[in-house]
Amino acid sequence: MSERAASVTPAEEQDDEQPDADAQIADGAAPDATEESETTPEPVTTGAEAVVRALENAGVEYAFGVQGGAIMPVYDALYDSDIYHVTMAHEQGAAHAADAYGIVSGEPGICLATSGPGATNLVTGIADADMDSDPMVALTGQVPTAFVGNDAFQETDTTGVTTPITKENTFSSDPDRVGTDVSEAFALARDGRPGPTLVDLPKDVTKSETDREPDDPRVPDTYEVQERADEEIVAAAAERIENAAKPVMLLGGGVIKGEASDVCREFAIEHEIPVITTMPGIGAFPEDHELSLEMAGMHGTGYANMAITHCDALIGIGTRFDDRLTGGIETFAPDAELIHVDIDPAEISKNIRADYPLVGDAATVVEQLCEAIDASPKVAKWRAQCQQWKSDYSMAYEAPEDEPVQPEFVVEALDEATSDRAIVTTGVGQHQMWACQYWTYTEPRTWVSSHGLGTMGYGLPAAIGARLAADDDQEVVCIDGDGSFLMTLQELSVAVRENLDITVAVLNNEYIGMVRQWQDAFFEGRHSASEYHWCPEFDKLAEAFGARGFRIDDYDEVAETIEAALAYDGPSVIDVHIDPEANVYPMVPSGGDNGQFALTEEQL
Amino acid sequence: MRRGLDGPAPEERPTPEGRRNDQGIRIDPEVEATHLPRRTVISTLVQHEPGVLAEVSGLFSRRQFNIESLTVGPTDDEDRARITLVVEEPDPGIDQVKKQLRKLVPVISVRELAPDAMRRELALVKVDAERPDQVAAVADMYDATTVDSSPETATFEITGARQKIEAAIETFGQFGIREISRTGTTALARGTAETAAPVSATESATDQPTQQDQYTADDD
Ligand SMILES: Cc1ncc(C[n+]2csc(CCOP(=O)(O)OP(=O)(O)O)c2C)c(N)n1
Repeated sequence: MSERAASVTPAEEQDDEQPDADAQIADGAAPDATEESETTPEPVTTGAEAVVRALENAGVEYAFGVQGGAIMPVYDALYDSDIYHVTMAHEQGAAHAADAYGIVSGEPGICLATSGPGATNLVTGIADADMDSDPMVALTGQVPTAFVGNDAFQETDTTGVTTPITKENTFSSDPDRVGTDVSEAFALARDGRPGPTLVDLPKDVTKSETDREPDDPRVPDTYEVQERADEEIVAAAAERIENAAKPVMLLGGGVIKGEASDVCREFAIEHEIPVITTMPGIGAFPEDHELSLEMAGMHGTGYANMAITHCDALIGIGTRFDDRLTGGIETFAPDAELIHVDIDPAEISKNIRADYPLVGDAATVVEQLCEAIDASPKVAKWRAQCQQWKSDYSMAYEAPEDEPVQPEFVVEALDEATSDRAIVTTGVGQHQMWACQYWTYTEPRTWVSSHGLGTMGYGLPAAIGARLAADDDQEVVCIDGDGSFLMTLQELSVAVRENLDITVAVLNNEYIGMVRQWQDAFFEGRHSASEYHWCPEFDKLAEAFGARGFRIDDYDEVAETIEAALAYDGPSVIDVHIDPEANVYPMVPSGGDNGQFALTEEQL
Repeated sequence: MRRGLDGPAPEERPTPEGRRNDQGIRIDPEVEATHLPRRTVISTLVQHEPGVLAEVSGLFSRRQFNIESLTVGPTDDEDRARITLVVEEPDPGIDQVKKQLRKLVPVISVRELAPDAMRRELALVKVDAERPDQVAAVADMYDATTVDSSPETATFEITGARQKIEAAIETFGQFGIREISRTGTTALARGTAETAAPVSATESATDQPTQQDQYTADDD
C-alpha cells in the first residue's frame, strides 16, 4: 500500500465526493491481488477489507445498499468479494430489503449506506427492524475522523441518531478493530433477541492499512442471554396449565425468530389448547388447524378476541403485548393468569404483569414446559366454546357481481393461486389487514410485514429482500396499497434490473384507505388529505420500469390475471381496482376492550 | 348493502368479571391496587467508553423515566465507570429501569441499593458576605468548607445526604445566595455488600422491589 492510504490528509478528502480516479489508482489494492488462491483468502490489507472479510466469515451472501463518498472504500473491497451487492434505488429500500432478508432467512440482512443523507435514509428501515426485533446489520460510511464534529460535508452523528433505534451501535475508530466491530455487530444482531445493529465507518479508518483479520462473530462479554428458564417457575407454570379450564396460547414473533413453531405446535396439539397469534406471530401455527383462532388485536378475528378476553390462563410466548394487541390494558385478558415466555427479561411485566415469568429461549422453554406437564388440562367445554365463537363471528364477506371488486376476494384468490410456502409482504393500511385476515398462513417466515412501526412503503423493497432469501419454488407476493406503493415504487427498477420474480398486487382504492376508514368512524367523514384525486396507472408505470403490468376491474378478470402475473418470470404489478369504500372489520377502537370489537361501523 | 361482518353485537356478548389496573396487574374489583412512586438509588457499572453516558441518559428520556439525579465517574478499574442514578417511579417502573439498563450492551451490572446504603452529594454555594461572622457560623453548623472568599462573596463546599444539603442551602438563604452548583447523589452499599454486581437474567425478570420500608433515598 502507498503511504497516502494510511495517512489521509483532510485536503485530500475534501474533493473526494467526485471519485478521484488518480487517487484510486495510486491507493489501489495490493499490486498482485490477481493470483487468488482457492483455499486461503488473501490477507487483509485495509480496514475496508477487514470489514468485508468479517461479512464473509459470517457467511453473508447478499448486501443491499447505495454507494457514496464515505462508504467507497468498503465498496471497493466488495468489488473483489463473492458477496452479491444489490444496488437499491433508495437507502430506505436497502434497509427494508435487508430486514426482510433477515426475516425470511433467519440470518441478519446487511445494508450499506454512505454518511449523512445515506445514513439518515436508512433510519426508517432501522427503526422498523428494531420494533420488530429483526436481525439486521447496517454499515454506514462516515467522514474521516479528523472531520467528525466539524459539520463536514455529508456528516451526521449517525450513532447519535440511531442510538434509540438500534440494539447496539458502534463508531469504529481503529483500523485494527474495525473488522471485529463488524463481526460483533453481526453476532449481536442475531443472538438472543435479534435486532438491528450499526457500525459507523469513518473513511480514514476503512482506507487505513491493517493486517488484523477480524475475529469470528461473537457477542461481547457483557452481553448474556439466558437459554433455560428457572425450573421452579416452569413447574409452577406447568401446574397452572394443568389446572386451567380456559387456556389459550398466544404466539408472538419471538416464536418464529426463536425457531419454536414446531414445539409450540406439538404442545398445543397434544394438550388441545386453542392458539392465537399476534400479527408478527402469523405463520407460527397453521391457520387451517382446528385449534387455530388466528390473530387477535385491533383487527384480529372476533373469535380470537373473545377467547383472549375470556381465558383463565394465557401462555404468551415471544410477544411484547403491544397496544395494538392488548387494546386497553384494564380489559385485556382480565381473568387470566399470565405465563410469559421471553428471551428478553425486560419484556416480562413491561405492559402486562406476568404471574409466571419464564426468561429463556422460546424453543427451550416450551420444551421445558412439555416435560413438566403431567396431565392435559380439561378443555372440552372451552374448545367447544371457541368453536362456537368461530362460527358466530366467521370472517365471511359478500362479493356481489354488480359491485366493485372486494379486496378480500382478491387476497383469497392470490392465496389459492400460490403454494402453502408462498411469501407475502405488505405495505401498511387496510390492504395489510386484509392480507392478515384472508390469507391462510401455515408456515413460519412466510409473512413479512411492518408490525411495530407500521411503515408504509415497506412491501416492495421487502419483497426484493424476501425473494433473495427465499427458495426458488417459493412465490413472493407483495400485497400493497396505492399509497404505500407510491412511497417506494422506485425499487421496481431494482426488481427489473435483478430480474426478480415478484408479483405486486396493488389494492387500489384511490384512498389512503385506513385513514379514510378512521375519518369515517371518528372524524365525521371529513376526508382531510386522504383522497387521491389522481393515482398513476400502476400497470403502465410498471411497464415504464420494464416490469409487466396488469389491471383488474372486474371479478371475472381476477383469477386469470393473477395466474398470468404469477406465471410471468420477473417482476409484475397488478393494479387491482377495488371497492373504494371497503372497510376492515372486525375492529377494536384503539385503547378499547378486545371483547367489544365492532363488526360494522354502527358498532364503533 | 350493509358493510361489516355478522355476529352478535357487543352488548349481546358475555363480558368477564375481572379487570387489570393501568400497570397490567390483575385486580380484585373491590380493592384498587396501584403502586405509588417511590425514590430509590440505582447503581450501575459500565464499560468506560465514549457514548455510554449518552446511551444511559437517552434511555431515561425516551422511556420517560423520572430521573432525579445522575452522577458518573471512574472506578478503581480504568475500564469501568460507575453511574449512580436516583429515580422516582412506582415499583413496576423501577423494575423496568433496571431491566432496560441491563439490556444496554456496555452495561456490566445494575443494582438497586438497600436503604442503608451510603449516599452523598456535594454542593457549592456562593453567598453574599456582608455578614461574615454569621455566614461562618452557619457554615460551621453544616461542616461546610470555605473554598473561596472575596469582600463580596463567600463560597462553601458542603457534602452530605440530600436533606442536609437542602437544609444548609435553606439556612444560607438568609444571606442571599448568588449561585449554587450540586453534583447529585453518589452512593455505595455498606459493608461487604456489593454495590453493583452481575445478576442472572431470571433474577432480573423477577426482581421484586428491595425497599418496602420507610426509607427514602436520601435518609442517611
Ligand atoms: C410512512 C407512513 N406514513 C404515514 C402512515 C400513516 N398511515 C397508516 S395507514 C395509511 C394509509 C395507507 O394507505 P394505502 O397504502 O393506500 O393502503 P390502504 O389503507 O388504502 O389499503 C397511512 C397514511 C404510515 N403508516 N406510514
